[in-house]
Amino acid sequence: MITRRSFLQSSAAAAAFAASAGSARAETPGVTDTEIKIGQTMPYSGPASAYGVIGRTEAAYFKMINEQGGINGRKINLISLDDGYSPPKTVEQVRRLVEQEQVAFLFQTLGTPPNLAIRQYLNDNKVPQLFVATGASVFADPEHFPWTMGYNPNYQTEARIYGKHILATKPDAKIGVLYQNDGFGKDYLIGLKDALGADHASMIIKEVSYETSEPTVDSQIVTLQGSGADVFLIAATPKFAAQAIRKAFDLGWNAVRYVTIVSVSIATVLKPAGLEKSKGLITAYYGKDSADARWKDDAGMKEWAAFCAKYLTPTDFIDSNALYAYGAGGTMIQVLKQCGNDLSRDNIMKQAASLKDLELPLLLPGMRINTSPTNYSPIRQMQLASFDGESWQLFGELLKG
Amino acid sequence: MNEFLHQLASGLALGGVYAIMALALVMIYQATQLVNFAQGEMAMFSTYFAWKLMDMGWPYWRAFAATVLISFAGGVVIERLVVRPFAKAPVLASVIVFIGLALIFNALAGWLYGYSVTSFDTPFSGRPWFGNVYMSAHESGAVAVSLCVLALVYAFFRFTPLGLAMRAAAQNPVSSRLVGIRVGWMLAIGWGLAAAIGAIAGMMAAPIVYLDPNMMAGILLYSFAGAVLGGIDSPFGAALGGFAVGVLENLVGAYAVGAEVKLSVALAIIVGVLVWRPSGLFGRRLVARV
Amino acid sequence: MSGSSGSQRFAATLAVLACALAFPFLASGYHLYQGAQVLILAIALLGLNLLTGFNGQISLGHGAFFAIGGYGAAILTAKFGVPYWAAIPIASLVCFGAGFLFGFPALRFGGLYLALATFALAVATPQILSYKGFDAWTGGSQGVLLAKPHAPFGLLNADQWIYLVCLLCAAALYWAARNLATGRIGRALIAIRDQPIAAETMGVNAALYKTTCFGVSALYAGVAGGLSAIAVGFVSPESFGLSLSLSFLVGIVVGGLASLGGVLFGALFIEFVPNLADQLSVNFGESAKALPGAIYGLLLILLMAAMPTGVAGALRAVARVFGRGFASRRQSGIEGGGAASASREM
Repeated sequence: MITRRSFLQSSAAAAAFAASAGSARAETPGVTDTEIKIGQTMPYSGPASAYGVIGRTEAAYFKMINEQGGINGRKINLISLDDGYSPPKTVEQVRRLVEQEQVAFLFQTLGTPPNLAIRQYLNDNKVPQLFVATGASVFADPEHFPWTMGYNPNYQTEARIYGKHILATKPDAKIGVLYQNDGFGKDYLIGLKDALGADHASMIIKEVSYETSEPTVDSQIVTLQGSGADVFLIAATPKFAAQAIRKAFDLGWNAVRYVTIVSVSIATVLKPAGLEKSKGLITAYYGKDSADARWKDDAGMKEWAAFCAKYLTPTDFIDSNALYAYGAGGTMIQVLKQCGNDLSRDNIMKQAASLKDLELPLLLPGMRINTSPTNYSPIRQMQLASFDGESWQLFGELLKG
Repeated sequence: MNEFLHQLASGLALGGVYAIMALALVMIYQATQLVNFAQGEMAMFSTYFAWKLMDMGWPYWRAFAATVLISFAGGVVIERLVVRPFAKAPVLASVIVFIGLALIFNALAGWLYGYSVTSFDTPFSGRPWFGNVYMSAHESGAVAVSLCVLALVYAFFRFTPLGLAMRAAAQNPVSSRLVGIRVGWMLAIGWGLAAAIGAIAGMMAAPIVYLDPNMMAGILLYSFAGAVLGGIDSPFGAALGGFAVGVLENLVGAYAVGAEVKLSVALAIIVGVLVWRPSGLFGRRLVARV
Repeated sequence: MSGSSGSQRFAATLAVLACALAFPFLASGYHLYQGAQVLILAIALLGLNLLTGFNGQISLGHGAFFAIGGYGAAILTAKFGVPYWAAIPIASLVCFGAGFLFGFPALRFGGLYLALATFALAVATPQILSYKGFDAWTGGSQGVLLAKPHAPFGLLNADQWIYLVCLLCAAALYWAARNLATGRIGRALIAIRDQPIAAETMGVNAALYKTTCFGVSALYAGVAGGLSAIAVGFVSPESFGLSLSLSFLVGIVVGGLASLGGVLFGALFIEFVPNLADQLSVNFGESAKALPGAIYGLLLILLMAAMPTGVAGALRAVARVFGRGFASRRQSGIEGGGAASASREM
């Protein structure tokens, strides 16, 4: 187990070694004087292939960094393999990355089941599993899994924010929940129930789930409306969230609708659902939406637009997953910069756990990324926002989960 | 009661899509005794083609017509190039080929058009028909289009010489050849028609379920269930089966077993029908004489 | 002639076994993991081949039985502390029961209908696995984590030990399948596949054979699933989707229907060709990350076109040609027309 003391001890030892060796080259696999090899698994095929754009964006980001000279004279080599969102395949690809390709560490491996499958192996072999691309709360557990660090705001935290807001604004609400039948959706149920507590648990009068292989959730929305709920939590991925938003409106259902941050992109969710039909949606926001006119002259957004124009496509410009990936890439670069010339796995993990008030171009103004040896959730701040038909209007204050 | 009618209405809307897809499956089955597992992906690919045309500025009905025609041609080409060579091979080889085709279309769509959710225009926008609250304008339109397609296909097979020739070629290829019918081309036209019908199904489904490369997988399963329920060698039965499955899955999911197991309902329908009445509700009973 | 082909086959089997046994001492952890995966797939393919190749019942849903085996072994080891060498047989017996039960309605429908029903089973499997009511056992969407088994006396590391366990199971199950297939039961299965009515008339109890065959093939899939759970160390509903069942079918057709030796080729194909397709697609640029699926599909179609009877069938054809060439050359050695007659046979 890595404790603060052993961090300090190992970095002291590393410094001594560096001084004596003179060239301070780390002996991490995957690291040479000119290159840092990073491994990643992404669902480029299969049911979760919509997230493949994250890997592509990060590859493009590192390409840009390399063209600008790399980090401390080293180019970044991202080896991103397809795992089709299937845990056995993820294990195979990760073993290949670690044992055959000899990467220094894993970055933004995507999905809860895939990450669960590889977590023990990576921790046993002391390979950093950095910034896993999932909001499942199980991955921010420095005590048991010191080599695994999360990135996304926690789904349960987000749901707790909604729960608190409901209690504050509508204490006699009757809540209906639509959730995807997997870890992602169920995390929202848990968070919501957590925030409501035992005495208010009966506020949830109907929970309905769906499978991603189903064509539509229209039937589920009808059921939820029929239950008499007047608050509706949509814990669904983009396609199904769009269907839910549209159907709820078409049914004339006047519930207060909360939507998961995963499905709030104006271009890929709200426009298909219908901008008029999306009025009044509430979510917990943390990043800028590129289809939102308010950020047109924002410096961070301009930076993103320039990057997209050179390295990606116009479709990617409006894809919230791509914006997310841009931020993740920026976070990684900061960690590498902080490592300096000591790119041992110990130090990489240590620096990842020492991010202080990092500002990223696409985070909301005022938001900062922080990590510490006891805090493995880089993004914890969110702010409630409401959709007015054109853009997301922030309200309230920056909340910390 | 209100809720029940809503479930019924949304079940009918998608049921229309299942009905059309089931019809396409039946057409190929009747001609070749094979189930085309790639039907869904082909329909999805055609729908993306239509979307691309509209993206370039074409008006809806022109894009619709062009897609149907091109899908027809595509179906003919696939039959001639990919399916024909395996006519003599074991059945399983054809099944593998269909799986291969499905993978190719899915991956191509993902590569060419990306994986994010896209909206698809509908020609039936605006106020719901007859001022009803249960079905949106598009859903009513989709049901209407399904019924039109069914009627047209029925008329084609029943009243045109070409339709008669195709039926003959499917039922009795040897005798048909003897009377001069080019059985091979009848098969190809059958595939073309099925592909065209599938394209229509995709274009009706996309405004409801949203367009993405994995759009048709669930729909295909329910269409299978519909075809089995109605009888896989009866076009009328298969279409009815499609509507029935659409309504059944909604009602059963809402009132009986919960939405988590809707897919298992489709499985139960398929197994149940095949055990109780293998030829389906409207299919012909086949008796094997020893 | 059959004597020499019999001894040829025996020699080939010995050679393969020898290589397989030497493998864990030459290869590293990652390759051993892949080797174990190939063996696991081969076991599942053996079972499916018995059902589909020998008995003609098309199953597109064997992933479901693989899943029952996997979850069964996982729940028994993780939640009830049963050691893995007992958990796998228990889980596979459950699979036998499930397969046998599924075989009953399957009797009523054959051919394409069975394919449809099993296709529906494969699609519904992840949903059934993540059903709320089973959450306490299955861990829901979090899945179940398993500990890696250790070699007795610590002689080998975990990777080597798992590989050898898989090899042992594969060899034993192959031997059992071969005995089954070449004996009376195998002939009965083939008869039921080719001429069901005649077989019944001859007194073969088709119903019993078909349901038992379903059960046995489910048992094989269950063993494979259990071994896979141990090797990966994790099961979740996402591990057992439709593509798993489809890849089994691809495996037996590529290897060769009704060819038990061919399952090895099938297993190698499903394990390595997707990786190959990955590497080929890199040539199309960064945006073509989705393309491997298309390349895989294309390879499937081309393989079917070139070898409709699978790799085993193609090898048999080649062996036949060479065998005939040798025989005729021996007979007509003086004339010197042996080569000519051999090339004519081609």
